[in-house]
Amino acid sequence: MATISVPSPRRLTLPASQAVRKLLVLAVVAVVLVPLANARWASAAWPHGLTVDLSKPLASASDWVIDNRDTHPLFLYFFGYISDAVVLTVRAVYLTLLAAGWPGVTVLAAAVAHRVAGARLAAGTAVAFLACGALGMWVPTMQTLALMVVAVLASVAVGLVLGLGGGLSGRLHRALRPVLDTMQVLPAFAYLLPVVLVFGIGVPAAVLATVVYAAPPMARLTALGLRGADPEVLEAVESLGATPRQRLLTARIPLARKELLLGLNQTIMMALSMAVIASVIGAGGLGDRVYQALASVDVGAALAAGIPIVLLAVVLDRITAAAGERGDSRRPAAGLAYALGATLAVALAARLLGRLDWPASWTLNFAEPVNRAVDWMTAHLYSGVPVIGGTADWAGHFTTWVLDPLRDGLQWLPWWSVLLIVGALAWLIGTWRTALTAVLAMAAIGVLGVWEPSLDTLSQVLAAVAVTLVLGFATGVAAARSDRVERALRPVLDVFQTMPQFVYLIPVVALFGVGRAPAVAAAVVYALPAVVRITAQGLRQVDPAALESARSLGATGRQQLTQVQLPLARPALLLAVNQGVVLVLAVVIIGGLVGGGALGYDVAFGLAQGDLATGLVAGAAIVCLGLMLDRVTQPTERRAGKGA
Amino acid sequence: MRRTTFAAVSCVLVLTTGCGAADMTRQASPFANAQGAKSVTLSVQSWVGAQSDVAVAQYLLEHELGYRVDTVQVDEVPAWDALSQGRVDAILEDWGHPDQEKRYVDDKKTIARAGGLGVTGHIGWFVPTYLVKQHPDITDWKNLNKYASLFRTAESGGKGQLLDGSPSYVTNDKALVRNLKLDYQVVFAGSEAAQITQIKQFAKEKKPFLTYWYEPQWLFKKVPMTEVKLPAYKEGCDADAAKVACAYPHTPLQKYLNADFARSGGRAAAFLKKFRWTTEDQDQVSLMIAEQKLSPEEAAKKWVDAHPDVWKRWLS
Repeated sequence: MATISVPSPRRLTLPASQAVRKLLVLAVVAVVLVPLANARWASAAWPHGLTVDLSKPLASASDWVIDNRDTHPLFLYFFGYISDAVVLTVRAVYLTLLAAGWPGVTVLAAAVAHRVAGARLAAGTAVAFLACGALGMWVPTMQTLALMVVAVLASVAVGLVLGLGGGLSGRLHRALRPVLDTMQVLPAFAYLLPVVLVFGIGVPAAVLATVVYAAPPMARLTALGLRGADPEVLEAVESLGATPRQRLLTARIPLARKELLLGLNQTIMMALSMAVIASVIGAGGLGDRVYQALASVDVGAALAAGIPIVLLAVVLDRITAAAGERGDSRRPAAGLAYALGATLAVALAARLLGRLDWPASWTLNFAEPVNRAVDWMTAHLYSGVPVIGGTADWAGHFTTWVLDPLRDGLQWLPWWSVLLIVGALAWLIGTWRTALTAVLAMAAIGVLGVWEPSLDTLSQVLAAVAVTLVLGFATGVAAARSDRVERALRPVLDVFQTMPQFVYLIPVVALFGVGRAPAVAAAVVYALPAVVRITAQGLRQVDPAALESARSLGATGRQQLTQVQLPLARPALLLAVNQGVVLVLAVVIIGGLVGGGALGYDVAFGLAQGDLATGLVAGAAIVCLGLMLDRVTQPTERRAGKGA
Repeated sequence: MRRTTFAAVSCVLVLTTGCGAADMTRQASPFANAQGAKSVTLSVQSWVGAQSDVAVAQYLLEHELGYRVDTVQVDEVPAWDALSQGRVDAILEDWGHPDQEKRYVDDKKTIARAGGLGVTGHIGWFVPTYLVKQHPDITDWKNLNKYASLFRTAESGGKGQLLDGSPSYVTNDKALVRNLKLDYQVVFAGSEAAQITQIKQFAKEKKPFLTYWYEPQWLFKKVPMTEVKLPAYKEGCDADAAKVACAYPHTPLQKYLNADFARSGGRAAAFLKKFRWTTEDQDQVSLMIAEQKLSPEEAAKKWVDAHPDVWKRWLS
């Protein structure tokens, strides 16, 4: 999965005096402003006088779009072209893939993998594609692949343009960075509605939503690579009399190769993770199969469509990662020609034999055993387990003893104190700028008039993050201390991280019933791999010299861990918290589909009823919540450094 | 940054395609008509009854008429929009959307009516029949408050839980609870799949539950349920969404086709207009899909093989 580079350990701890000073300043501000605010708007919830009702203008905007979509020049000469272009290119790619047939596509993929990464990966790639066919998912896989190819190419183009701009101009870079940072923390579910309104349900909307989601990492890493070029090399090139253009093409871009390929890797991963979410707005393909299977509570069928997504993701990840690691830049032209030739030959042979479509008799019935397993699990674990109680009881207790008090507590807090807490947390860990962003984001939620549901969502996020961190740190420590554990965990983490979030939803309902508890459970399952991985990686990167000296002083294993490794890995642990929060939020929102309620339900409602007023406001609130949570958990060190 | 994308893409487009109008409201799916096959795109709604309609129509279109059929799952209201744009060609089971009908059928004329499905739908509140045996008077809404404590769950707090389903379904439940002064909390399962899973879990343990549900639905065969009588439905009593205090109506389910498809869709359009079956037929197929876990195609094949007299009429 996406490689997350952990910044090398640096001293991060603030001098205590600085923290105290910040808190003092905040206390002074609070003493001045709080009585004022409290006198004017004394209530626990966000004061009604400070909200703006957007439902009327949004409803009329939505009506205007629907009424003018087939006549207004903006749509005919602008959006219409974009939409046409997407449809044409997706169709072209799809028809090409179908014309190559399953033998052609498999051979092409394997040949490219062989060229880039060697024979083992080539074999793996071929097996992965054949598995997609064997699961009876060949045509949906090709539809998803066609959509992915177009979306990834568009994302890379957009990302490169933005990244080049950011890499060459310092001002543009400063302007772009906060935007890109923010876009990366937003749950994709929040984007969908505005795109659907303009483009309607269907492939163009799905591709554009994917591009918006997947382009930022490309832009960030391109800019990073260009800015990170060794100044001495550049100077040498300059002294040879190269023009700026030559400098860019012959020195800076080749030097940034590694970052560019890492950007491509992350873009592909993000685009694939969007494939299923985009099925809600008519993307078709594998995502749609997952979505349809879940409607008839068929986990097996959902898994049969989910596995090809995982396989595609793992294969593409390994290929692009291998391309990034390969140091030299041999000209791939010859290899490409031979790959294309082989593909053409196989496709022609398949065509002559009439074997282009995947033979129906070669499919496995995979859904049935999975469903039996799921049924067995829910039948035996749901309730009545002696001593520890069933999962339904746990869910009930968790809701009553953790989620309810947390939600009620947050909603009981006066609104200004929530702002104050957010500000204090963000400032302690970051700068006054990040604190201000966090406070403004939180205030925006109040102004939008969705204070209560947002705090409900926040309570679910906090509970899920707490559980994730406890489990994730424990597993991460175990993985860092034992190679065997890490090897055993790796494939599990890969699968859990790339499995579409939707697939988790139905089993968690079967285990935990409907409500907020299953939403939290799904979020924990989804966020855990990233936390485990970053923790383990961070602990392993601790300077071996420090460990050695601790050992020579006679420290026991436990002492080494708590007194050397964990403190030194602090930046990685903070990054794990940050990633955990972002991932948890994304799934808690989707949890609206299993009774999570709050903002997630509002977004789902907006999409389902075409109700822009509800959906867009909830989407904006999610954006603000994501921004706030990111700023509160993101140490300044990360933004200044060259981290992820 | 989207703007930059748009600008870049549109520049390229203007250069390559010249300057004509591009009306994206008349645009088919890129996956349609691949490899020269005639194709039809059907909208599948998320409930299994609608999946059965589509499965049988798809089977007959593919095997009797030689079409290639794509299906897309879309929620009800967006499906109307997609239908008017021709991204899908037909909706086979609509539960009544007067606003959309006025906008697209009467005003814009981009959607055409295609007759009834033959099935009548009804939404209501239901309790499991095993509960009615213990408390026979529970089927009147006036007694619901007496039993509220039976329906309490962790999610509903101190009140009784009224389980609701997907956000896309037609529901007045929040208003009903308020206007009938019931001591209940509406808990939205968020999707029908989640709701069915929860109902089955309750039924397995014979626990009491009160749920928003609808007929025809295959789940009645697995979990027998009895409707709770709400104040009787009268024409127009549900006109003001905030003041509703009456039961849901009985709705004859309707089919709709994209207007262009209805005119020039050939045999496929004629077939879809004639497609009309009964509640029992639909339930047979639904039960095979949802309970026996047959794929929709297999279920449709079984039904088609067993009922040639029914579908032969649709093809004539």
